[in-house]
Parts: sequence; C-alpha cells; structure tokens
Amino acid sequence: MTRASRGSAVVMTLYLLFLLVPIYWLLNMSLKTNAEITGAFSLYPLNPTLANYRTILTDPSWYMGYVNSLIYVVMNTALSLAVALPAAYAFSRYRFLGDKHLFFWLLTNRMAPPAVFALPFFQLYSAVGLFDTHIAVALAHCLFNVPLAVWILEGFMSGVPREIDETAYIDGYSFPRFFVRIFMPLIASGIGVAAFFCFMFSWVELLLSRTLTSVNAKPIAATMTRTVSASGLDWGVLAAAGVLTILPGALVIWFVRNYIAKGFALGRV
Amino acid sequence: MARITLDNLAHSYSPAPKGDADWALKPMSLTWRDGGAYALLGSSGCGKTTLLNIISGLLHPSRGQVLFGDRDVTTLPTADRNIAQVFQFPVVYDTMTVRQNLAFPLKNRGLPADRIAARVASVARMIGMEDRLDRRARGLTADAKQKISLGRGMVRQDVNAILFDEPLTVIDPQMKWELRTQLKALHREFGHTMIYVTHDQTEALTFADEVVVMSEGRVVQAGTPQSLFDAPAHTFVGYFIGSPGMNLLDAQIAGATAFVDGTAIPLAAPYAPSAGRVQIGIRPDAVRPATEGLPFHLVRVEDVGHHRILRGEVAGTPFNVVVPEGEPIPAGFDRIALDPARIGVFVDDWRIEPRERAA
Amino acid sequence: MMDKPVNNRAWFLVLPVLIVVAFSAVIPLMTVVNYSVQDTFGNNQFFWNGLGWFQEVLESDRIHAALGRQLLFSAIILAIEIPLGIFIALNMPKRGFWASLVLVLMALPLLIPWNVVGTIWQVFGRVDIGLLGHTLAAMGFDYNYVNDPVDAWATIIVMDVWHWTSLVALLCYAGLQSIPDAYYQAARIDQASRWGVFRYIELPKMGGVLLIAVLLRFMDSFMIYTEPFVVTGGGPGNATTFLSIDLVKMAIGQFDLGPAAAFSLIYFLVILLISWVFYTVMTAQRETP
Repeated sequence: MTRASRGSAVVMTLYLLFLLVPIYWLLNMSLKTNAEITGAFSLYPLNPTLANYRTILTDPSWYMGYVNSLIYVVMNTALSLAVALPAAYAFSRYRFLGDKHLFFWLLTNRMAPPAVFALPFFQLYSAVGLFDTHIAVALAHCLFNVPLAVWILEGFMSGVPREIDETAYIDGYSFPRFFVRIFMPLIASGIGVAAFFCFMFSWVELLLSRTLTSVNAKPIAATMTRTVSASGLDWGVLAAAGVLTILPGALVIWFVRNYIAKGFALGRV
Repeated sequence: MARITLDNLAHSYSPAPKGDADWALKPMSLTWRDGGAYALLGSSGCGKTTLLNIISGLLHPSRGQVLFGDRDVTTLPTADRNIAQVFQFPVVYDTMTVRQNLAFPLKNRGLPADRIAARVASVARMIGMEDRLDRRARGLTADAKQKISLGRGMVRQDVNAILFDEPLTVIDPQMKWELRTQLKALHREFGHTMIYVTHDQTEALTFADEVVVMSEGRVVQAGTPQSLFDAPAHTFVGYFIGSPGMNLLDAQIAGATAFVDGTAIPLAAPYAPSAGRVQIGIRPDAVRPATEGLPFHLVRVEDVGHHRILRGEVAGTPFNVVVPEGEPIPAGFDRIALDPARIGVFVDDWRIEPRERAA
Repeated sequence: MMDKPVNNRAWFLVLPVLIVVAFSAVIPLMTVVNYSVQDTFGNNQFFWNGLGWFQEVLESDRIHAALGRQLLFSAIILAIEIPLGIFIALNMPKRGFWASLVLVLMALPLLIPWNVVGTIWQVFGRVDIGLLGHTLAAMGFDYNYVNDPVDAWATIIVMDVWHWTSLVALLCYAGLQSIPDAYYQAARIDQASRWGVFRYIELPKMGGVLLIAVLLRFMDSFMIYTEPFVVTGGGPGNATTFLSIDLVKMAIGQFDLGPAAAFSLIYFLVILLISWVFYTVMTAQRETP
C-alpha cells in the first residue's frame, strides 16, 4: 500500500514538474530585462523587474488585445449556450425526423479543421461587413463550440428524469418558464461545464481569430505574434504577455475545479 | 471453513472517539458456528455494513478481535482471509466469459488447468449456468451476474465464509424468490458458512438459521427467527420484525398484573417491580376482539388476503390486531383480549423475565 | 433513451443551432465546394473545372508528403499520449486537497492559447536562452530544432505531449472515479494481480472515455496548426509542414483557391473517415458478445 502510493507520488511529481517547468521558464523570463535574458544564463531572475508587465498594461495596443479576446470569448460562450440549450433539450427529450443524423452531423463540425474554414470565413465576413468585429470571431468559434456544448448539455439533461418535466407541465408551467425556472437550475453544473469548455476552446484558438481581425478586434494572441516578428527580440515583453494569457485560464480552472472531473466523465458514446 | 468469533469488537470512524455517537459499532461479542447461515438485519445506518466490512477485511476494527477458527485475522488483508463476497450490485468481469469469470480466482492462485476446469464445471452446475459458460458476462441479466459472483466465491473449496451484502437489491421480484431458494439449497448441500446482510426481514428470516438484529451500532438480539418473533429482546426487534410489528403499550406492573390506562391485564407470571419506562408488548396475532378487556378504538380494517388487519388505537397509541381469514369480526366491538402467555414486558426497551424464571 | 416520445415540433428547438451552424459551417463549406470545382484567371471570373483540382491534389507529391508526415505525427502522438495518459490517471490522487491541486495544475496547459504554447516551447528549446536547449547543449547534445529535422520533430512531439496528455489523463481519471469500490474489493478477494485489476476492471470501465480521448486526440493532432507553426514555421525545409500548415500556405500564402478548396474537402473527408474507423473498431470491440 505505502510503497504503491509512494510510487504514485513520484510519478505525479515528475509529471507535474514536466508540466510546470516550461511555464516557470516563461515566468522567469517575464521578470527579466532583455539584457539579462540574452546575457548570462540564470535559473531565476537576478534583478527581478516588472517593467515588461508595465509595458503591456500601459500600452493600449497591448492591453486592448486582452479586452478584445475577452469580449469575443464571452460573446461566443453566451451565444453557444443560448442556441445549444434548447437543441440539447430537444435531443435529450424527443425523437424527431432525422434527429440521429442531425446530431452526428453537428458533431462532424467539431472535426472540421479550422484551416479549411479560414479563407471562406474571411470572404464571408468581409462580404457581409463583419470583418474585424468581435461578433465575427464569436460566430466563427461557434463552428466547434456549439456541437460541443450540445453534446455536453445533452448528457447532463438525459440524467434528469423526464417525470420532472411532466410534473411541471401538469402544474401549469409554460415551456419557457419551466425551462428557465426549473430545468436550468437542475442542470446548472452541466451549464457550468459546457461554459468552461466553450470558454477554453475560444480562448486558445488563434487561426480563425487572427484571420478574421486586423485592428479593432485583434486578439491578444495575434498581437503577440505580430510584435515578435516586428521587434524580433523583445523576449521579456513576449514572455510577460504569455504569462498574462495564462492567468484567465488558471482563474477559470480554479473556480470550476470541482466540476472538471464530472465534466470529463461524460464518457457515454 | 471455520467458526467465526467476534471478540469484544468495536469500531469508530473517528480516530479519537468521544461520546457514544462516535462509535459506528458498539462493543459486541458473537460466535458463528462453522457451516451456519446467518443474517445481519437492520435498517440503513445501523452498522451492519461496517460489521461486514470488518469481517471481509476492508476495515480494521478500532478494538477487539476477529477469529476464523482459532486464527486471529483482525489485521489480515482481504486477500489472506479466504472469504468470498457477493455485493449489492453485480460485480463481474465484463470482458470475460462466464467460464473465465469462474476460473479467475483459481487461476490467480496458480491451480493446474485440469483442476480449474473440473471445479468450474461443478460450480457451473451448482449455480445452473452450464449452458451459458461461453457467453460474455457483459450482456447477462442482473440475477445471472449475481449467480456468477456467487459462483466465483464457491469455486474455491476452502472459503471460510461467503458474505452477502444485500445481494438481491437489483434483482427483479420474481427472480428474488428463485435466487433465495437456490441459495438456501446450496447452503444445505455444501454447508458453507454464509453471512447475509439485509434490511429486509423476509429475506433474513427465510434465509438464516440465526438472525442478528442491529440497531444504532448495537447488536440488540441474535437468535433463531422463531425466538426473534416470540421473545424479542428489545422493543426495536419487536417492532422491526413481523408485519405489522409488535404492539407496545406503556404500563404499570404489579406482580402478575399489568395496568394499561387503568385497565388490568393478567400476565402469565409475576414480575419484580422495576424502575424506568415499563411497556408491555404483544404480537397482533395474539389479540382477539372481545366484549370485555382493554378498550380499543377501531379506525379501519385492511384485508390483505389470508388475514385482516384491524388498525386502531389503545389509550391513544396505535394498535393492530390480526384476525385470521374466516373468523368473523364482531360488529361494533370496542374491547380486546390479550393472550397472557404471549405478553412480553420491557423496561427501558429491554425485555425482562418473570420473577421465578429469572431467579 | 429508447422510450422518448416522437415530436417533430422539437425541430423548432433545434432551429437556432441550425441557423448559427449554417452561418459558421454550411455557407463557408459551400464556398469551399464552389471553389473546388472552378478555376479563375483573376478578376472574379470563374469557370467550371470539374474534378480537375481534386485530381491535381490527389496526384500532388507535395500533399502526399504532407499527408504522410501528418499520419506519422498523429500515430506517434496517439502512441505516446494514450498510454501515458492512462498511466498518469492511475497514479493521480483520488480525493482530498492534493486531488484538487493536481487537477488544476494538470488542466493548466489546456487553457493556454495555442500560439503561447508554441512560444513557450520555442523559447524553452532555444540553446541561447531556453532551459531545455541550454541544458541539452551543456550535456553535449547537438540540439537545434531550427536546423535539424529530427530535433524539430522531437520538440514538437514533446510539446504536444506536454500540451495534451493531461486531457487524456483527466478523461481516464473521470472514468476511473466512476468504478465502484466493490470491484476492487472483489478483485482482492479473487487475489487478482495489479495487472489483472487494470486489465479486467479498469481498462474495460474506461472504454467509453478512452474512445473519446482517442477520437479527440486524433482529430486535434490531425488538425494541428498553430503550435508547430510558431515553433518551426513548418521547417526546417518542409520537415514539419503538416496538412493544415500546407493548406494555409496554399490558400492564403499562394492564393491558389481551387487546389486549396479541393485539398480542404479531401482533408475533411480523411478526418471523418479515420474517425469513423476508430469509432467503429473501438465500439465493435466492446460490443462483441
């Protein structure tokens, strides 16, 4: 028993080290000046400085990147959930013409390579005047987030007994009132999990968000790539920007940590 | 196979138990003879699962000893105890066939292949699964799966005991009866020591030679089904066993007479006076409608087929009377007569014996 | 599941999804199909080209090479991440404070924007300023992911393992958590070995989540774009030019719309086909009586 658990502890320590050391290295660099980074090699900042962070937080072309990213991520999450909730309810409660095919077709969209869609998206959104807006990116990310949200929510909804719906209708609830007042609170953790995944995939995606924006809605991730190619060697600022992109994700995980395992547990295929 | 002795056993889930409530199992001593069929009966949370886990080695007791034969197994892990267990939900190895499931415990113990094949064949016959030996276990019904997990236990000839943890919970009602009959037959034929945990009195009373009734972490009575019915040692047993349960009335005792709400009721023998809450208890089938005796207020009659239950009140306490089929119920009766030989006397919930027998 | 009532009005509930997905998937896909069968001499004048582009793509050595690299990459990724993820899941603490902490730390790489993942490893592997590159150089290895194709592959594979193994592990962990204790107790009674417990209890019970893990890891590794693009830009030479990188080069870099569109459709179909094969094989295995 004890030998086995000590073995597990060693495995987990090594694995977590493997995960955390590269992140630590980014953090380490973000606290150094460029001179120190390219100068003597050191495992920790000898003269820690917040100058790189100051650069980012005082320059609108930097910090607006964060604002833009957050705007379209939140828009996407809200949009995905808003359309996925009724659809997931339909899939979990009723059979209807073509339901299985429709469900499968939705899931295939999750398998579509964003690279395939980059150019057509660009043309489509340019044509309808949505290019370089937050809503364009939010809509584009629906490509993979809506199927995912429908799938996750359907799983949670199927866990709620149908008698609850029937009782509510007998008690005289209308469908919208029942759905919002009774049903949604019941699957609150499912909504949380779905929101988490939407947030996550929208936040980490770059190919589409970069293709669909130029200035006004440019995401932080894209700002980083441009700055690298332009100034080439501003490693400190790059690292600081990277560290700042990790923070929202870390915060979100911390809040949903008790639901993560549950969200992943939807192993019903 | 072996005798099982629980010696001064107690268990608490908290590392430093303080009050009575911290003990999931209060100190108990019991001996179960080799080859007996025993049931642990009690409502959920009474400690019966804790006791079972201690016997199976999943838990190590805070105090006391567990002996298999003369061997102290208190701290031995499950694998070294040589027991078998059938769980509440069927536990089978899904990806294996029935045959592989049955052979698995023997294979792990390194038996030669021909011995394994012979044992598997005979166990398959015992549990009546010979025709399905090469089916994958995943697709079988719940009762078939329970038979497999029972078979996995019986396939080892030297098991000390077979433990059953509410094994019929997920079985269809008609299969429940069949499985229980089969279990009983297997016990008669092969004589394994069997310990059966349940909250269902019918299961316990029909299965076991001796039933151990537990309540709030305490063994309140251990005895044959008949003795639990006739002479419950505790009001809990009286109430829990029997349907409906024993009627209990607050009373004062003077010698061989009990007084309930001012009415005198003769008892079979005189009792010594005692301090504390005194109650008399009587089974509903030992009461008859009468023209004189204890005042009874009838509320309703339930016909349950082979008898009728009269639900009513005596001195403000719910009271049931069972009238056998065919016997008429006198119209408008308001008194009942109690069979003196079947009245029990309880002080602070525990049964007391009459004076001369106690002496 | 079986006794759901038939109600075709449920289509109204699905309508919003259809509208959104039509806008974000169907119309763009139609554009792709449209391009794939037409040719242009510029000035927005198109003419019918039949299956010409498809033929060109299917015969293109460049795309064959990219497809070969992509298949090799996905195969390596699955071969490493699936067993490693299972192994990590088996070693994760089951409950308590450590379980929460480990969960959170493990999920961290999953929430880092993909180009930042690329940046982290691009920096980490540099011999002059990165810990990994510096350490390897100090140990006497001639490591340089910019010039050496093998080093570039190794870096990208390690990066992907770093990035995604946690996803597999978390899925398997969730599957393991759902196994009732009685199974482990039964295995103890039957004196099953540790391997026996894994082979006959844990692995079968993880079947469902494992299927999801394999599908997700296959799809996402097959579509990988951002991370290797940031680290190697597809180089050295074309050594790490995977399908998506090649496609973006073709569509946006060279603006070869027709071939790029035909390429896109074939690409999409290959993913669907391989996913379907995985799904069928893995579920068939589970369902055999």
